[in-house]
Amino acid sequence: MKIKEVRFVSGNEACALGAIAAGCKFFGGYPISPSSEIAEFLAELLPANDGRFIQMEDEISAMGSVIGASLAGAKAMTATSGPGFSLKQENLGFACMAEVPCVIVNVMRGGPSTGAPTSPAQADILQARWGTHGDHPIIVTCPTTVQEIFLEIIRAFNLAERFRNPVVYLLDEINGHMREKIEIPEPAELELIRRPAPPQAENWGFPYRRNAEGVPLMPDFGTGSRCHVTGLDHGETGFPTGNAEVRQALHHALMAKIDKNAASIYKNDLFMVEDAETLIIAFGSTARSARRAVELMRKEGRKVGLFRPITLYPIPEADILKAAQGKLKIVVPEMNLGQYVLEIRRILGRDIPIVQVNRTDGEPITPDQIMAAV
Amino acid sequence: MSPKSVDYANLLRTQYIPHIWCPGCGHGIILKAVLRAVERLGLDKNKIAFVSGIGCSSRAVGYVDFNTLHTTHGRALAFATGVKIARPDLHVIVVSGDGDALAIGGNHFIHACRRNIDMTLIVFNNYIYGMTGGQYSPTTPEGSFASTAPFGSVEPPFDVCNLAIAAGATYVARGTAYSTAQLDKYVEKGIQNPGFSVIEALSQCPTYYGRKNKLRTPVDNLKWQKDVVVSAAKAKDMTPDQLAGKIQVGELHHGTRPEFIRTYQTIIQRAKDAALAE
Repeated sequence: MKIKEVRFVSGNEACALGAIAAGCKFFGGYPISPSSEIAEFLAELLPANDGRFIQMEDEISAMGSVIGASLAGAKAMTATSGPGFSLKQENLGFACMAEVPCVIVNVMRGGPSTGAPTSPAQADILQARWGTHGDHPIIVTCPTTVQEIFLEIIRAFNLAERFRNPVVYLLDEINGHMREKIEIPEPAELELIRRPAPPQAENWGFPYRRNAEGVPLMPDFGTGSRCHVTGLDHGETGFPTGNAEVRQALHHALMAKIDKNAASIYKNDLFMVEDAETLIIAFGSTARSARRAVELMRKEGRKVGLFRPITLYPIPEADILKAAQGKLKIVVPEMNLGQYVLEIRRILGRDIPIVQVNRTDGEPITPDQIMAAV
Repeated sequence: MSPKSVDYANLLRTQYIPHIWCPGCGHGIILKAVLRAVERLGLDKNKIAFVSGIGCSSRAVGYVDFNTLHTTHGRALAFATGVKIARPDLHVIVVSGDGDALAIGGNHFIHACRRNIDMTLIVFNNYIYGMTGGQYSPTTPEGSFASTAPFGSVEPPFDVCNLAIAAGATYVARGTAYSTAQLDKYVEKGIQNPGFSVIEALSQCPTYYGRKNKLRTPVDNLKWQKDVVVSAAKAKDMTPDQLAGKIQVGELHHGTRPEFIRTYQTIIQRAKDAALAE
């Protein structure tokens, strides 16, 4: 890959730079620690890159503005943290229902409530999956390094556009504020995806008719089709309906869009998994400590490996099963009181011992803690 | 305004009519005023984004043949702001009810006024939450009855227009479903105003507000509108005593302030100049 430049930046700055590289043209946000730098960088970067920035009056309207801008054709995003993520759930659900592409960055901090604004946590995992009411499809991704933050937000935009679905992008206070060297590729090296185009630009009356992947072929506002978009149950025309058959088909189609294409959404990083007797499953900044623990224990001749899901949802069940096969023990460290481990227990069952390592005191989980659990 | 023939069918999605509004509801009258304004201004249907929140009035967007967006409760202005910023060439018209615009959406209302972003908000004010069954709203007059105010509302109401003026909207007018000729004019001028415009349109809800407040029939309601209003021009020469219990109608404010989209264009230029200079 041809590299355009090498920079030394924080994760939040890498997130903003990656968004620009992804073709983001709209950011609507509201200040909140520890995500505010993303808004600050984009306030500076967007206008020079044919984009637009607005600081809205609250978290709710920030999410609303993102949806409006996306429907008008702009690749759009917001960034927030725990309390703000809670407030975003209402309109995030609208984006799931109306199938509006957008990226929501949540730089996780301690909770519940105001919690610890400048301390890290990974306590919004289940909220990222199930935060808004009703059954709904969602994609959740979670990078570890600053370089990965840059590259993965591009993938987040691509997934949002390809599936016309919100993508929740989970950073945390550690990798959001951490500075590392990143290589920024030449723009021509990046594959950028735009939402599927409708069969005809003008007078297309079926904004919710789907392509082979199950994604609706919706025209953007102002392109000559005059479509209707609503959060109510609707049919192919977008108009609300009370028809039980149509409603049931819609709910299944929303979920199938992600479920049937999950194989192309999964992304995992495996480190020394094959011969391992103990498997650590860790994500986000906790995976840094987990990787260090693996390296240290391997030096001592202990057979330990790391499975690091980058896509948290849809959950890579088959990959987790495969990685865990034949292992004697599973260790799941996360900066919460046990959230993703619920999924791991569901997938792996009771036949294999699963050990949790949890911490919510605002300090990172250390390699020592993980080694002790192994 | 001449009532010259308007091709309503061209502006409506007739396949979705009959609409869901109750017999005698004022919302259809107000929607027609908006359609007439669109027709008279010669706006391209493809260039109109018609945005609403949740409630009876918000269902209006489904029936018109524009780019239409039926959002979440109270948030229409937030979504509309995103649409307008991403596509400044679109005419963004927002319809909202009194509860939608001023209770759950009150924050967005004042901030849209403050930004003076080039959009037009039409508040269908029927003094009640209709869709949920007649609960009192932020505009329900003190003492009026509602399903959640069985002994009369104890809360003082908002004056929608004074709130809009104080918050910075640059065109503010109040009309009624009773006086459509005036309402047509206000909507038209609101759309033309290069800034944030608020048109409060008094509507009637015989089903809930009327039934509980001795205005049972649609005609009773429209007569009440006719009798309660006084023109802003006339009000200037009236004493506070004479104005007590009256509602002023007319163009209440028409000013000029920097508009958000145009101002942001200058930011884009400055950012590009700065990037070139680097």
